[in-house]
Amino acid sequence: MVRIGAFFVGLFFAGWLLISFLFGAYSYVTEPPAKTVEHEFHLAPKHVSFSFDGPFGRYDRQQLQRGFQVFKEVCSACHSLKFVAFRDLEGIGYNEAEVKAIAKQWALKTPDVDPATGEMSTRDPVPSDYFPKPFANNVAAAAANNNAIPPDLSLMTKARHHGSAYIYSLLTGYTDQAGYKNAKGQELLKEFPDAKTPDALHFNPYFANLNLAMAPPLAADDQVAYADGTKATVDQMAQDVAAFLTWTAEPKLENRRTAGLATIVFLLIATGLAYMSYQNIWADKKKAA
Amino acid sequence: MSFPWAEQYKPQHPVMQWMDEKLPLPRLVYNAIGAGYPVPRNLNYFWNFGVLAGVALVIQIITGVIMAMHYGANTLVAFGTVEQTMRDVNAGWLMRYAHANGASFFFIVVYLHIFRGLYFGSYKAPREMVWLLGLVIFLLMMATAFMGYVLPWGQMSYWGAKVITGLFGAIPVVGEPIQTWLLGGFAPGNASLNRFFSLHFLLPFVIAGVIILHIWALHIPGSSNPTGVEVKGPQDTVPFHPYYTAKDGFGLGVFLICFSVLLFFAPNFLGHPDNYIEANPLSTPAHIVPEWYFWPFYAILRAFTVDFFFVPAKLLGVLAMFASILLLFFLPWLDTSPVRSGTYRPVFRKYFWILILDVLILGYCGGAPAEEPYVMISQVAAAYYFAHFLIILPLISRFEKPLPLPNSITDAVLAKYAKADGEPAAVPAE
Repeated sequence: MVRIGAFFVGLFFAGWLLISFLFGAYSYVTEPPAKTVEHEFHLAPKHVSFSFDGPFGRYDRQQLQRGFQVFKEVCSACHSLKFVAFRDLEGIGYNEAEVKAIAKQWALKTPDVDPATGEMSTRDPVPSDYFPKPFANNVAAAAANNNAIPPDLSLMTKARHHGSAYIYSLLTGYTDQAGYKNAKGQELLKEFPDAKTPDALHFNPYFANLNLAMAPPLAADDQVAYADGTKATVDQMAQDVAAFLTWTAEPKLENRRTAGLATIVFLLIATGLAYMSYQNIWADKKKAA
Repeated sequence: MSFPWAEQYKPQHPVMQWMDEKLPLPRLVYNAIGAGYPVPRNLNYFWNFGVLAGVALVIQIITGVIMAMHYGANTLVAFGTVEQTMRDVNAGWLMRYAHANGASFFFIVVYLHIFRGLYFGSYKAPREMVWLLGLVIFLLMMATAFMGYVLPWGQMSYWGAKVITGLFGAIPVVGEPIQTWLLGGFAPGNASLNRFFSLHFLLPFVIAGVIILHIWALHIPGSSNPTGVEVKGPQDTVPFHPYYTAKDGFGLGVFLICFSVLLFFAPNFLGHPDNYIEANPLSTPAHIVPEWYFWPFYAILRAFTVDFFFVPAKLLGVLAMFASILLLFFLPWLDTSPVRSGTYRPVFRKYFWILILDVLILGYCGGAPAEEPYVMISQVAAAYYFAHFLIILPLISRFEKPLPLPNSITDAVLAKYAKADGEPAAVPAE
C-alpha cells in the first residue's frame, strides 16, 4: 500500500513539475525575459587592495585615522555611526586624551536632559558617548535630503557584497550618464532611453539601481587636509574612508585573526596527535590475519 | 541490549562501586559510548558524523546560552544588542560568529550523516526507528535554525520570517488565521520575536532529548556498517572505547579545523549582507533567500508556477516542500531491497549519485534569484527528486540484482588488508 500510494504521489508531483516546466519553457522561448537596465549596466565593485586583505592582513592605523578624518569632515554631516562610541577610537591609535579632545570638539552635540529644569538640552560628547546622529529622526533626515534617508554607516561594509571595495567604488564611481557605455560597448541611453537619471538623483553604475540621491561627496582633491601630510586625492580619500568603515563594521578583525591563527596551530598539533593515537590503537586490527 | 560478548562494567574503586549500586550512571555511559558497546570493526569515516553532530549541538548550546545573556528580545533593541555583543562583550564576537557558523556546520555534518544513512541503507530493518527519530531531529533543527535566524532582526530575519510564516497562509480557509496566530499579529513584530526567542531557546533541549532516544534506538540492534552485513560474532566487533573514541577524536580535530578556518577567517562567508541592515518592514530586499541549508527545499517551493485546476501553485509548492522531507519517513518501506549497502547495489548506486547531484542543483537554484532559467532547472530537478524516492527507488529495489555480499564483516576486512598487502584477495569461505 505504501509503495502504491507513493507511486501516485510521486507521479503527481513529478508530472506536474514537468508540465510547469513545459509552460515555463514555452513562455521563455516565445517571450524571452526582458533585460533590465540594472542587469546590463550595474558594475561589480572595482578591485582595490587594502592592508587588511587576506587571512593575515592588519589595519593600517595611519590610514584608519585619515579615513576617520574624511568621515568627520565629509560623511558625518549626513550619516550617523550609531554603533561606534568615541572611546572605540582608541582602537585606531588615538590615546585617551586625544579621544577626550575629539569628543569634546565634535561638531554635533549629544542630546541630554537639563538636570535643573528637565528640559531637553545638549552637551559636549564624552568618550563613553556614541557618535551623535546628524538628524533627530528619519523624518528630519528625509526632509533635509530630498526624501532619501542617509543610512547609518557603522555596518555598511558588511551590509554590501565586497563592502570595502564597494564603498571605494561608489565614492569614485560617479560619472556622466550621457554617452555612458558598458564593457560590451552598449550605450545606456540608446539601449534604455527611459532609464535617464531623474534630476534630483546622481548616476553611479556601482549603485544597485544606478541612481542615488547622494551627490558625489568627494568632489575634488584636497577636500580634506590630512593631518599626516598625505596627498588627499579623491582616490586616496575614498580608500581611506573605506578602510575606516571596514574598521567600524569589524573592529575585532585583528583579535579574530590572531586568535584564529593560534587556534588552528593548536588544532593541527592536537589533530596530529589524535591521528597517531588512532593509528596506534588500531594497529593490531588493521592488518591481514 | 548488547551482544553477549560485550564487556561488562566492573567498578574498581569503592566510590564507583557505591555509586553503581545507588545510581548506575557510569554503567549507562560505559554501555552507551564506552567499552561496553561492541561496534562493527569496519566503519569508515562516514560513521564519524553522528558524534560530530552531537558536538555541534553542544557548541550551539554553549555559545547560544552565552549569547542569550546579552540579547534583548524586543524589536526596538534586538539588532543593537547583537551588535553590542559583537563589540563590547568579552569574546562576544567569538560567541556570535561561532553560533552563526556553528549552525551551518551542524547542518553540514547532519547532511553528511543523512547522506551516509541513504547510501549505506542504514534506514532499513531493524534500524527504522533510528532513522525516524533522526528525521524528527532534522525537522526540529530546521525549526530551531529558522527561528534563530529571525532573532538578530536584520532585513533577512524579518523578510524570511514573513515568507516562511506566509507558507501557512497558503492553506485554504484556515491559512491566514493560522499565520496570524503563529506571528501574534498580521506581520512579524514584537510578539513574533519574543515567541521565536523562547522557542529557539527551548528546542535545542528537545533535540537533545530526541538524540537520547535516537542513540537508545541505535543500541537495540547496534551500529550498521559499510558492508551492510550484520554482525555475526565477536570477531566482527571492537569495543567503542578505545577504538572509536580514538577515531572520533581524530575526526573531531579535522572538524574543528574546518570550523575554525571559516569562523576566524571568513565568518560572514555563509551569511547574507542584508542581515547587517536592521529590519525595515517598509523596504523589501531585492532577493529574499533563506540560509544555504534551506536552499534545496526553497527551490522545490518555488518550482511550482502553474495552478493545478482549483489548487493554487503556491499551495502546491508548500505541500511539495513539506512532502520532500516527509517522504523520507517512508523510506524504510519504499526501499524493499534486502541488501543495505550501496556498495553491493550497482543500479541503486547510479541513481543515488544522480540524486546527490540533483539535490546540489536544487540547492544552487534555491540560492539564486527566482528568475529564468533557475526556475526551469529547479522544476526538472524537483521532478527527479520526487521520482527518485517515490517511483525509481521502489522499482530498483524490486528488480535489481545485487552483487554477492561478503560472508561476514571480518571476511570483508581481511580481504581488504590482504589486497592492500599485495596478496590475492582471500576467497570467502563457503
